[in-house]
Amino acid sequence: MDFEEIIDNLSLIDDWEERYRYIIELGHTLEPLPAAAYCEANKVRGCASQVWMTTEIGNEPDPVITFHADSDAHIVKGLVVLLLAAYSGKTANEILAVDPRGFFERTGLSSHLTPQRSNGVASMIQRMKNDASRALAAA
Amino acid sequence: MNLAVKPYDVARIRADFPALAMEVYGRPLVYLDNAASAQKPRVVLERMREAYETEYANVHRGLHYLANAATEAYEGARETVRAFLNAASSDEIVFTKNATESLNLVASSFGLANIGEGDEIVLSIMEHHSNVVPWHYLRERKGAVIKWAPVDDDGNFLIDEFEKLLSPRTKIVAITQMSNALGTIVPVKEVVRIAHARGIPVLVDGSQGAVHLPTDVQDIGCDFYVFTGHKVYGPSGIGVLYGRKDALAALPPFLGGGEMIMEVSEDRVTYNEPPHRFEAGTPPLVQAIGLGAAIDYVNTVGREAIRAHEDALVAYAHQRLAGVNSIRILGHARDKGAIVSFAFPNAHPHDIATVIDRQGVAVRAGTHCTMPLLARFGVTATCRASFGMYNTMEEVDKLAEALTRAQTLFS
Repeated sequence: MDFEEIIDNLSLIDDWEERYRYIIELGHTLEPLPAAAYCEANKVRGCASQVWMTTEIGNEPDPVITFHADSDAHIVKGLVVLLLAAYSGKTANEILAVDPRGFFERTGLSSHLTPQRSNGVASMIQRMKNDASRALAAA
Repeated sequence: MNLAVKPYDVARIRADFPALAMEVYGRPLVYLDNAASAQKPRVVLERMREAYETEYANVHRGLHYLANAATEAYEGARETVRAFLNAASSDEIVFTKNATESLNLVASSFGLANIGEGDEIVLSIMEHHSNVVPWHYLRERKGAVIKWAPVDDDGNFLIDEFEKLLSPRTKIVAITQMSNALGTIVPVKEVVRIAHARGIPVLVDGSQGAVHLPTDVQDIGCDFYVFTGHKVYGPSGIGVLYGRKDALAALPPFLGGGEMIMEVSEDRVTYNEPPHRFEAGTPPLVQAIGLGAAIDYVNTVGREAIRAHEDALVAYAHQRLAGVNSIRILGHARDKGAIVSFAFPNAHPHDIATVIDRQGVAVRAGTHCTMPLLARFGVTATCRASFGMYNTMEEVDKLAEALTRAQTLFS
């Protein structure tokens, strides 16, 4: 799903319950990972609920990186969809250039999430940026 | 004789707690996270302010007016805690920064003196990580063995199974008085009787118990008892370790610093007597004074009256939550305090807590620092509603209504 489209949709919803409903529905669109990917090594640390993430790195000089992720919590699944729309399929340099603060402000989500949850989002972003840095260093 | 029964005036109690008048997201706050930390009555805040304004200097060995005033107030708080626990002497009361530090102190000092390779430590499967990890240190560092006393599927503590774990290698039993995740009340007096019959000392973690249950340490008979100030309506940053006089005297020091020594030279140090041996450095003195004020407040409301009110709340919570679709309540112990853990098959506890937060209802969701217990029940997290002296039946209704509404999002 397109990031801008999600942001447009979210910005049209005033009611907190409907926002959550939308985020939860986004989560339903997420494809599950292969069973073997739900392992300790793929867990994203710092998330209040469990999040697993895998990374595919392309061969380009500025490698295109594809992320796959899933969570055992509905709201986090929805946030995963949002984050993948923002970061997955981009080049490593593009991933590093996305400002997480701007991301939070544009989605208007930070105030709707408990700090612990926000930390989960922050951990996922950190993980994707770390992967991008490593991919660039190895390229 | 016709005894006049004073009704429990919860509205009046609530008026003493400034935080309870708050609104969150434009709704009245329903604070059901008391097992994590309780709100503070105004008298505690005022007493601490007074201490900072008129009784503040460093404690002990002061030779001026304010140092003496601070020392008197600090030692007065120690006496208040002594009476709260019915300890034989205020020398048996050590101030720490929280229950976790108290537990680490005992595990470290007792372990140093008494625990070697192959020695056994008996815990219950319900222990908070604070009463697990310090013992793991002894497993890792000294080769000690941890044995786990089980619970049944309802969360009842199995005292016969506990007794079977005791062996000639058992050096200490460290056990909660009340589970922070299930609410299960452990018959600690019986645990002590069984352990002492074999000469095994017992540490009781009263982090929840001190809030909700009787705390007569002489009646319980335990060697050590710990609790924390912030859960009994006192400030954060203050904890208590009770140690029976001989038990405390046998412990080597934990943290080193000022106040805990007799004499220090270039090649020699001698240690102070308890409790000061275990209070290195400037203590959390104003927090201790605040804790004293909190205990006074609890005593004024009446501990038995609070217990009766909380029993009614938890019974009503079980009744109301049982009516919420597809809810699973973890913990149906026969003897149970004011804590209800629950989960739903179709939503993560974090989903539930996040959504009901928007309706003003504050609960905790996660492992509650009890991962061994959650593993026992085959879950990775639960939601937990925990009640205090100021919660109301209407708040239980609001919890049930918020959960029912949240369910519509996840169905």
